[in-house]
Amino acid sequence: MESFEFIETSLADGVASIVLNRPRQLNSLNRKMVGEILQAMEKFDRDPDARVIVLSGKGRAFSAGADIDEMSQDDPIRLELLNQFSDWDRIANIKKPIIGAVQGFVFGGGFELALCCDSLIAASGTEFSFPEVNLGVMPGAGGTQRLTKLVGRTKALEWIWTGERIPAEEALHHGVINRIVAPELLLEETMKYATRIAAQPPLAIRLIKDSVNKAVDYTLYEGMQYERKNFYLLFASEDQKEGMSAFVEKRKPEYKGK
Amino acid sequence: MYDTIQYEVKSNVAWLRLNRPDKLNSFTDQMLKEVTKAVKAAAADEQVRCVVLTGEGRAFCAGQDLESVDEQMDHGEVLRGQYGPMLKAIRQLEKPIVAAVNGVAAGAGFSLALACDFRLLSEHASFLNAFIHVGLIPDSGNLYALTKLVGQAKAAELSILGEKIPADEAVQLGLANRLIAADDWETEVTAFAGRLAMMPTKAIGLIKRSLNAAYELSYDEFLEQEAQGQRAAGLTADHREGVTAFIEKRKPVFIGK
Repeated sequence: MESFEFIETSLADGVASIVLNRPRQLNSLNRKMVGEILQAMEKFDRDPDARVIVLSGKGRAFSAGADIDEMSQDDPIRLELLNQFSDWDRIANIKKPIIGAVQGFVFGGGFELALCCDSLIAASGTEFSFPEVNLGVMPGAGGTQRLTKLVGRTKALEWIWTGERIPAEEALHHGVINRIVAPELLLEETMKYATRIAAQPPLAIRLIKDSVNKAVDYTLYEGMQYERKNFYLLFASEDQKEGMSAFVEKRKPEYKGK
Repeated sequence: MYDTIQYEVKSNVAWLRLNRPDKLNSFTDQMLKEVTKAVKAAAADEQVRCVVLTGEGRAFCAGQDLESVDEQMDHGEVLRGQYGPMLKAIRQLEKPIVAAVNGVAAGAGFSLALACDFRLLSEHASFLNAFIHVGLIPDSGNLYALTKLVGQAKAAELSILGEKIPADEAVQLGLANRLIAADDWETEVTAFAGRLAMMPTKAIGLIKRSLNAAYELSYDEFLEQEAQGQRAAGLTADHREGVTAFIEKRKPVFIGK
């Protein structure tokens, strides 16, 4: 495993782990760090031993946002040429499930990174927010788009306009996160969930993510056609044969991801 | 560091004394901020395993200082900006907090006592839901706690009639845990706090979490919350110590972790 400056990675029992590792800066995201997260995710996405990717942050916050020092002197042309957000586009193309474990502050770019996850488990007391407006700007890595697709424009506008902190309970109520757990058990509960998904047939898991994501952008008609093709495609897999045979033979299936 | 309160940590107990005795320890903006700060300090301090809130002089706390109330005051904003943060800090404190009610606790002073886990009452103490006498409603979480402690009907009576509740009646109503004779006051409060400070602090915090959840969650959600709480408690050193001490037939020594 290559060494990273701002993250830690590991892989065990089908669960790949990426840990944001700038706890003293509350895991604020600089460009190199986002690059490392992407690099690790793409590597795990191609690694047959990794079935699920867990993203978490070391210390008392998941991530308090982007590194403001890094961008305070930026100008539009530099930003266009830098094209830093293409890294974020590539995170969105990861095919394997990404499960986020968040605690403390999930602010700005940290919130946007959390919104790149497919499932989110939050420690009680976690607070989410898009505070960019207080700096005279707005979210730039998908905040206005992903949040709106999740919760609708009514709440998205209110939250992004005011920059107010959203308690975990409210985030749960609006469908931003899957569940709230005791802070002591955040990683344990996340690993339980990740292990459960990792035990499922990987190709089905993969095409379910692919299809559900299409539901966000496609018309219902196109989405239905897309779903159908993926459904048919799974009948080309060994896991489909195994799953259905095991059901008929009343035994536990063993999936290989083929 | 503090002007309107005294804050001292002694033998794992944080003593937070409201210290405006000539004003019956009534709340000012500064005192609200200082109580909030002290409660947060106690929460963060690993040495602290119990918090005692009490008042200097003859009163516990007479509520909002009425001298600072004028026509310009936005009562809602004062609650959101000043009282709310203090009450939330107390509610989020995962350590036992005891109101040692040495004298009158009126208005928001009564609410402050209600926000604590335990209420020890001196024979000189009394409660008074005084808000109605100045044309206001009980605030600072008052009715949230009061209805749970004494029920809707009694809470209505105490709030609408606004009659003084002497210490012995407060105990009968279930508003207090202990009535303590004036002569024994310091000794008994110190002993009670000292006893709490030697208990499994983490488990007490988790019990408080479950108590709060009991009013907020459905039964199924509560059972899940309880399972997580017990898992967290099961991971503590104090749990292992408790079990080991039981098997070895000795008294457990808890470290609060």
